[in-house]
Amino acid sequence: MEVAGEVLHSGSSQELHVLAVDDSYVDRKVIEKLLKTSSCKVTAVESGARALQFLGLDGGKGSLGFNGLKVNLIMTDYSMPGMTGYELLKKIKRSSAFREIPVVIMSSENILTRIDSCLEEGAEEFLVKPVKLSDVKRLTKDCVTRGETEGRDGRRVNKRKLEDDNHSSSSSTSSSPSTTASFGCGLATSELLSSPLHSSKRAKLRDRD
Amino acid sequence: MERNPLRRQLQIMRKSLFDQGYLDEQFVQLEELQDESNPNFVEEVVTLYYRDSARLILNIEQALERKPYNFHKLDAYMHQFKGSSSSIGAKKVKAESTLFREYCKSGNGEGCMRCFQQLKKEYTTLRKKLEAYFQVARQAGPMETACRPK
Repeated sequence: MEVAGEVLHSGSSQELHVLAVDDSYVDRKVIEKLLKTSSCKVTAVESGARALQFLGLDGGKGSLGFNGLKVNLIMTDYSMPGMTGYELLKKIKRSSAFREIPVVIMSSENILTRIDSCLEEGAEEFLVKPVKLSDVKRLTKDCVTRGETEGRDGRRVNKRKLEDDNHSSSSSTSSSPSTTASFGCGLATSELLSSPLHSSKRAKLRDRD
Repeated sequence: MERNPLRRQLQIMRKSLFDQGYLDEQFVQLEELQDESNPNFVEEVVTLYYRDSARLILNIEQALERKPYNFHKLDAYMHQFKGSSSSIGAKKVKAESTLFREYCKSGNGEGCMRCFQQLKKEYTTLRKKLEAYFQVARQAGPMETACRPK
C-alpha cells in the first residue's frame, strides 16, 4: 500500500505537484502561474470541499481514493466561504493518509492569533498575500530538499505537538515528506519566529502555552 | 530610452501608473511572471479582475440599498474585492477598500456610502487607464523585461 503524500525519491527530477485552494478566481490564476514558473505541476480548486474531493477525503472512497497524481504540497487561502483554509488544514492533518502533506496557509490578513492557530494545527507556513514568486520558489525548493533528505536518511519527524511519540514510532522508512518545519518562517511579523529551525519553532509554540 | 514610439509611449504610460500611485509592486510581480509561453498573462489576470470586481461592486451596491446596512455582509464583499485588487497591484483601489472596511467595522453607514462612491471613481479611473495601457501594449508587441519603477 502506497503511503499517500509520498514525495520524490532522492535523485528524482520529478516535478512537485501542488494543490492550490482559493475561492478567488484572480488569485487562483496567479498562484497557478507562480507555481508553474517554479516548475511545479498545479491543480487549482476553488474550495476546501473540492480539495478534499480531489484528495479522496470527502467521505466517499476513503483514503485510498486518490485521483491521479500524488500531492506534495497544499497551498490554501484562509478566508473562504463554506470551509475555511484553517478547517481544511485540520481535516488534512487529522487524516492518517494525508497528514504528512505540508500545508501552507495564505491570507491577506496578518493576524497573530490566526497565524498561531494555523501553526499549532500543523501548517508549515503562513504567507501574507499577495504571495510573491520568491515565496513560492523558496517553499517549493524546501519541499524538494526535504523530500530528498528524507529519502536519504529515512527519517521522519512528526510535527504534531502532543501526539509525537505515538505516531513517529510507527513510521515507515519510505521517503514521505517530512513535517519538519524546515521552511523559513515567511511571516510578516518577523519577531514571531527568530529562526527557521524546527526546534526553536516548536519551543516557541510550547512557551506560549 | 525606447526608440520604438509605441514602446516609448507604453513606458511612459506605465511609469505614470506607478508614479501616480495607481499601481504597486504587485503589478510588477505579475509582469515578471509573463513570458513567451504566456505573453498576455498580465492582461488576462486584469481581465479576470474586471469581471470579479464588477460583480462585487454590484453586490455592494445592492447591499447598500437595503437599510439597515448589513455591515457584516458589506465587509465580506469588500474583503473579497480588496483581495483581488491587491493581487493585481491596484494600490488606490485597495486603499479605498481598506477604508470601507474600517467604516463597516465601526458601523458607520454614511462613511461606507461616501467611501464607496470614491472607490467606484478610483476603480473606473484605473480601469480606463489599464485598458488604454493594454491596448498600446498589444500594438507595441512584447516588452523585454519588467523594470522596477524608481
